[in-house]
Formats: sequence, structure tokens, C-alpha cells
Amino acid sequence: MELLSETSTLQSILLFGLLKVVLVIAVLMPMISYSVMAERRICAAIQDRIGPNRVGPFGLLQPIADGLKFLLKEDFTPHHVRKVYFWLAPAVSMIPPFLTIAVIPFGSTLGSQNMVIANLNVGILFTFSVVSLGVYGIVLAGYASNSKYPFLGGIRASAQMISYEIAMGMSVVPLFMLVGDLNLGKVIAYQASGAWLIFKQPLAFVIFLVAAFAETNRLPFDLPESETELVSGYHTEYSSMKFALFFLGEYAAMISISALMVTLFLGGWTLPFWGLAAPASSLIGGLIHIGIFLVKLGLFMGLFIWIRWMLPRFRYDQLMDLGWRRFLPLALLNIVVTAAFLWFFQSN
Amino acid sequence: MTDILFYILSALTLVFGLLVVANPFSRNPVTSAMFLVMTIVSMAGLFVLLHAFFLAVIQVMVYAGAVIVLFLFVIMLLDINEEEKRRFQVFGAVAGSIGLLSIAGVLVKTITTSGIGADRSPSLEGSTPLLGEALFTQYVLPFEIMGLLLLVAMIGVILLSKKELE
Repeated sequence: MELLSETSTLQSILLFGLLKVVLVIAVLMPMISYSVMAERRICAAIQDRIGPNRVGPFGLLQPIADGLKFLLKEDFTPHHVRKVYFWLAPAVSMIPPFLTIAVIPFGSTLGSQNMVIANLNVGILFTFSVVSLGVYGIVLAGYASNSKYPFLGGIRASAQMISYEIAMGMSVVPLFMLVGDLNLGKVIAYQASGAWLIFKQPLAFVIFLVAAFAETNRLPFDLPESETELVSGYHTEYSSMKFALFFLGEYAAMISISALMVTLFLGGWTLPFWGLAAPASSLIGGLIHIGIFLVKLGLFMGLFIWIRWMLPRFRYDQLMDLGWRRFLPLALLNIVVTAAFLWFFQSN
Repeated sequence: MTDILFYILSALTLVFGLLVVANPFSRNPVTSAMFLVMTIVSMAGLFVLLHAFFLAVIQVMVYAGAVIVLFLFVIMLLDINEEEKRRFQVFGAVAGSIGLLSIAGVLVKTITTSGIGADRSPSLEGSTPLLGEALFTQYVLPFEIMGLLLLVAMIGVILLSKKELE
């Protein structure tokens, strides 16, 4: 304790910042591998199978077995690929989801520390700019593979992600007109003092949710990898741990976008009853808030997985039509209506 | 701390910028585009040091996230593998030197008029509401003209991409 009081502000920021980063990654990595496991079990239940249940009790050690398998498999590099980009692409695809998590408040307070790694004033814009970098992993993979199907997958992915980014960005503008701040912590405070934004902006929520599916390349929008036409698209040429990185990157992106949706629309770590809307004053309260956040996150992950096994894939022209001709005008309309509403009720 | 970061980031910006146009190891246009992304990200870092957070984030979102992706798109679809040997072009040389001279003029004027000191606080104010207010009050005419320009460009692109015109 004496050591702690002697440290300067800068040192304590560095120390606690580092601690939070390490803790978040330590929680996030198992979450990613267990969401793969959850996906397999839920898919099995939907298709009336049993799913992986052999490794450990209830099959709970399956992710470890999978990880070992990926690490021990031969890491094969085809001779026709562009080597540098071939190695770079899987790594690049893992970075953006982790960076997004950095600005999301995953709890209120523990002791004197705010449970957010970086409390940025431009938080939401930061997440969008990082999400927009996510396309590089896939495009580079398509380019590096230097063969037809991966290339088509990469091109499809970049067109799809750019299109839906715009609809997604436009859909959240009304939220910030209501809140009056770009800081994600303020967004949560706003929701804690009134209704959650999912009830105030249901249209924005629907657009954002669908765009989130398109951004993470999940069914019904998994055109970039669509196995039946493109032989799994941009990662056709990848094997062993490099393939696993793409695979885990997809789940990491799902987690980060779910966390963003929880923060923007479902009130983040708050619950409107039992006094859970105010920042915690005790350690237990802080832990409960983190628990609430994780439960809400889990709900969205469940939704992602559930929808994947329920809906067939869109056609590519339908996907583009939906993004540009339906969602973008709707999002713009939502902005104008919200602005008119605010002007009408605040000017008098 | 800020000083060290400034030197690191500006060195990175310059090195990456050089690698975009004159990369001794590769003449692959995709590599150039990727180094352009790195240049833009390091420049965003410089904006952060100036407390212009909004600009920094928009820089990454618009340029790294959208514009360069479109560059890559074009490069890959046209399948340019090796950059062709460039012929000397009079027009390019003249336009380039005029651009260079103007930028040099702006730089010289800025440096001579602003004065250099260790404890200069950044004069850019980066908070988003202030920026928005300035754009919609003081600079509303230029802002609207820019909007109109973009609209014209957009209509032009739509016209060009239509195969048959009725």
C-alpha cells in the first residue's frame, strides 16, 4: 500500500492501464474460444445432433483440444502465394476487434478505477475507425492467396464491409443527437437516467444489428466465404494456425460488436432496477456490474449464433440492395426525424 | 513524453511516406498502398498530439478505412503487378513543382510568423462540438459549397457508371 501511495499519477495510470489491458485480454481469449464451442453446441441442438461432448466433462475442454490441434498441424504455405502478405493477413485480422474493446466501458468502478481501458471523448468514432480497418485482413488474405476464389472472396468482403459501414455509421447519428456526446461512458449515463436507447431508437437498433451481421461476415451475410460458391473464400489457401487466426478473428469481431451494441442500445453495465443504474460503491457492486455486462454480451452472441443456423444466405445483389437502397435512406430519414423532433421539443 | 512521441511519429510518417513513392525493395502498387495506410495512421498520431482527436479519428476512418480500400480495390481489379517504367511527363513535372513550391511557401510563412518555442500549446482546438459549431456558423458557406461539389461528383460518377444512357 505504501508503494501505491508513493507512485505518481502517470505511473498509476500506466500501472492500472496495463493491468486492465492484461485482464481484459485474459478474459477475452477464453471467451473467444468458448464462443466457438457454444456455436458448435447450439448448432448441434438446432440440427438435432449432440455436438462435441467427448473432451472433458460435457465436452468443456473441447476448445483446448481444438487449439492444440491447430498448433500441431502442419503449417503449409502454397508456393504460388505472396509470402509477406500471406503471413501478415491473419495477424491483421485479429487486431481491430481487440482495439475496439479498449474504449468500451465493461463495468462501472472497481475501487477507484473506472472499468474502461481508455475513456476517449471521441469513443464511438474511434470504434468506427478501427472497425473500418477490419477489412484489410480479409482483402490482404484474398490478394496474398493469389488464386481465384480467395480473390473473389476478398473483393466481395471489401465491397460488403464498406457498404454496411456507411449504413452503420449513419444509424448511430440519432443516438448521439439525443445524448449530446460521443463518449461511450456518457451514452451509458444517459441511458441510466432515462430509457435505454433501444426503446427510443428502435429503427437505429435494427439497422445497426443487421449491419453488424454484415460487418462480421456472419450468415445471412457471409458472402465473402460462402462455401458453396467460393470454397470458403479468402481463407481457402490457409491451414493450421493461420486459418485459426481468421476463425478466431471472426469471433473476436462478433464479441467486440456485441459489446458495442450492449453499450449503445442496452444500457451497458446498468440495469434499471435494484439500484444497479448508479456506479458501484463497493467491490461486490463493481463485480455485479461487470457480470451484467457479460450477460448482455452473451445474449447478443447467442443471437448471432442462433441466426446463423436459422437463415439461408442472401444473394450478393440482394445484399447490396438492402445496404444501399433500404438501410441508407432509412438511416438518413431517422436522422432527419430525430433532428426535427429535438428541434420541435427543445426550442420552446 | 509528448516530445519523444512527436519525434517517433513524425519520423514514422516521413519514412512510410517515402516508402509509398520510392520503395527500394518492391515496386508492387499494393505495397505502396499499404505504406500509405501506415503514413495516414502515423499522421493521425500527430493529430492526437495536437489534441485534435476528432481529426485524428476521421483521418483514420475516411482515408485508411475507405479511400485506400478503394485504391486497393482498383489496383487488384486492374491486376497491375509491376509498376511500369515511367516516362518523363512535362505536365506532371510542372504540376508537381507548382504544388511543391506552394507547400514550401505555406510552411515558410507559418514557421516565420508563428515563432518556435518549447512550451507552445497547440492552437488547434479538437473538441467535436466546437468544430461542428464553427462549421455550421462561421464557415457555413464553404461547407455548403463543399457539399454541393461532392453532390456534383457523385452524380457524375453515377452517370459515368451507367452503361447505356436513355
